[in-house]
Amino acid sequence: MNFDLSEEQLMLQDSVARLLADRCSFEQRHAHRAEAAGYSAALWSQYAELGLLGLPFAEADGGFGGGPVDTLIVMQSLGRVLALEPYLATVVLAGGVLRDAASTAQRAAHIPAIAAGELFMALAHCETRARFDLARVETTARRDGAGWVVSGTKRLVLAGDHAHRLIVSARTQGEAGDRDGISLFLVDARSRGVSCRGYRMQDHSRAADITFDAVHLPADALIGEAGAALPVIERAVDGAIAALCAEALGAMERVHELTVEYLKVRKQFGVAIGSFQALQHRAVDMLVAIEQARSMAFYATMMCDQPDAAERSRAISAAKVQIGKSARFVGQEAIQLHGGIGMTEECQAGHYFRRLTVIETLFGDTPHHLRRLARAGGLIDA
Amino acid sequence: MDLRFTADELAFRDEVRAFFKEALPADIRAKCELGQRISKEEMLRWVRILHAKGWATPSWAPEWGGTGWDAVRQYIFKEELHMAPAPEPISFNMNMIGPTLIAFGSDAQKRHFLPRIARMDYWFCQGFSEPGAGSDLAALRTIAVRDGDDYVLEGQKLWTSTAHHADWCFVLVRTDPGAKKQQGITYLLMDMRSPGITVRPIVTIDGHHETNEMFLDKVRVPVANRVGEENKGWDYAKYLLGHERSGIARVGVSKMRVRRAKQLAARVIAGDRPLIEDERFRERVAEIEVELKALEITQMRLIAETGRRVDGKPDPKSSILKMKGSQLQQASAELLLEVAGYSALEFDPAFVSGLHSQVDGDDWAMAIAPNHFWARHVSIVGGSNEIQRNILAKTVLGL
Repeated sequence: MNFDLSEEQLMLQDSVARLLADRCSFEQRHAHRAEAAGYSAALWSQYAELGLLGLPFAEADGGFGGGPVDTLIVMQSLGRVLALEPYLATVVLAGGVLRDAASTAQRAAHIPAIAAGELFMALAHCETRARFDLARVETTARRDGAGWVVSGTKRLVLAGDHAHRLIVSARTQGEAGDRDGISLFLVDARSRGVSCRGYRMQDHSRAADITFDAVHLPADALIGEAGAALPVIERAVDGAIAALCAEALGAMERVHELTVEYLKVRKQFGVAIGSFQALQHRAVDMLVAIEQARSMAFYATMMCDQPDAAERSRAISAAKVQIGKSARFVGQEAIQLHGGIGMTEECQAGHYFRRLTVIETLFGDTPHHLRRLARAGGLIDA
Repeated sequence: MDLRFTADELAFRDEVRAFFKEALPADIRAKCELGQRISKEEMLRWVRILHAKGWATPSWAPEWGGTGWDAVRQYIFKEELHMAPAPEPISFNMNMIGPTLIAFGSDAQKRHFLPRIARMDYWFCQGFSEPGAGSDLAALRTIAVRDGDDYVLEGQKLWTSTAHHADWCFVLVRTDPGAKKQQGITYLLMDMRSPGITVRPIVTIDGHHETNEMFLDKVRVPVANRVGEENKGWDYAKYLLGHERSGIARVGVSKMRVRRAKQLAARVIAGDRPLIEDERFRERVAEIEVELKALEITQMRLIAETGRRVDGKPDPKSSILKMKGSQLQQASAELLLEVAGYSALEFDPAFVSGLHSQVDGDDWAMAIAPNHFWARHVSIVGGSNEIQRNILAKTVLGL
């Protein structure tokens, strides 16, 4: 058991922190979200230069051979500054599918371009009626000669409106809800029949609902084996949840720092409000919630590339439950301890609260993962 | 970063587990499983088994009988002990007075007392709290006046748990009433057979007698039984309170309760199916399991960080372990209460105290409610959770 970062990891942490301190202040972020894409194209290039965009990919594929701990470091740093760039969507989620399941030719066609910051990708998987159930896919793909025709609508595709290429899940056999029969396809976002409605989420990051109306795909659009994609999707989503846990950790740490700073400077009744025990204890309870979240973010990081899917899934659900509870508590307490100013757009605390609320819901909220963990028998053997 | 135990650590865990399986007497295990208190005789029998194995005082310096295990192994040992489930050797002896004497005792005191503390030939109790000195311990007023080669003690102590079993008491007394309150305190070892000591039982909300109040009426304690210097007792006590906090999370206790709740819920029928099949119940279990897993990792992280501290002092963040650990001990006790339902309501204090085990009612449920009542003490004892919050606000947040 050891919690130390390696020398390379410490360097990574340091260089990401320095870049973001320099280029992603709260004011700079305001400008980023006003850009056409909803994030900073210039910052994205900097990520590429630092090697962040190729981090989780094998060196043979044009990446840097990083692991889950490296992703934790990057996501925690991005969380601290509420970075808007689609790192999760392109590198972790779509990238995770490519890394784990794509053919050599598919990897060669996409990974170097992602690493260079030239290619944006998104995973189009969720559907309205599925809610958080990953197996419930109603979008269909039927054979058409050697190729495929995809039809259906995908919901909340993260960074979907700016992606050049989409990875779309569709049912090639079976009923919605079956574990078998789901396939993944690479789709050019400009293909005929693809229509996209992009929107801002509550935290100003971007998502899209995308409709595929009889979109014709060539045979080589298929990723992996037809009908066997659910385990690939589950693994990529588990990786994304681990990354989100790290991002939430960074966001919680920062908003807690901001809150404690505020308690030290805000004066009422002639004294700093941080001298009041009622407020001190609430700030401490936030600290405890964050330390519990940190532990589970580490746990998710360690478990997200476990080959045993059942064990991995229990661990990831447990982590998402803890992160969801801590995130809600810390976000709400940050607003309360800021008082009236915490309710305003100009105060940073609210922006953290909003991002934490989005994270709570993404890939399944707390009740969903609690139920999933309970049904899997929990963590302690009877 | 790697959160898994190494192969060596796993082998150690198996060794400890196998030892508990073989060496823990069946009658004592049964009592622990049912949540009954164990008697003085049972505690001594178990500690001597551990002592013969060399495992009664793992955390002590090796030259005084410690095992030399690193913090991870100490943790594994504690968790396996709780999960066995086996009684934890009296904390006053093993975690408090032993380490204090190793750090501050004279050579003669170490040679005389440490072997007897380790084997529990001397059962120690703690004379710290007083009616007017709880969270504000330094306000204590029991006075000790020098008279020749003795101190003469006058005052009242409170919450002297197991004083009715104890041979000795480590006691804080005021020797300089004029000094600032932390600076006039002295640390003494008091023979419980000394004339002038009156121990009166306090029955707690679980119906059990474990703690007491203790009156000191001109009790003579030889100066030779003073630990360290006169008027430096507060420093020694603080060291000891830090020692008490590490391991305070008691993750194993909560885990054992959750495991038992799951086992019992598979037997308890609610309507036409076992309670364990109730989705809401299982989610409640899972919720506690998540917090426990997080606490387990938080504890390992703090162990790793404390090991790196150059000053060797306990990390103030260990207060987090106290807070969260006590909350989860209470939550897991409540979980058992929920499992037991009506069966928990029959009150038989003699059963809870372990005086008899033959009952007509549900023996598996009889101690559950009293243990739930008793579990309220863990967020009060050893610096209440509110005191822990004060410590964290000051030391970690700078408020």
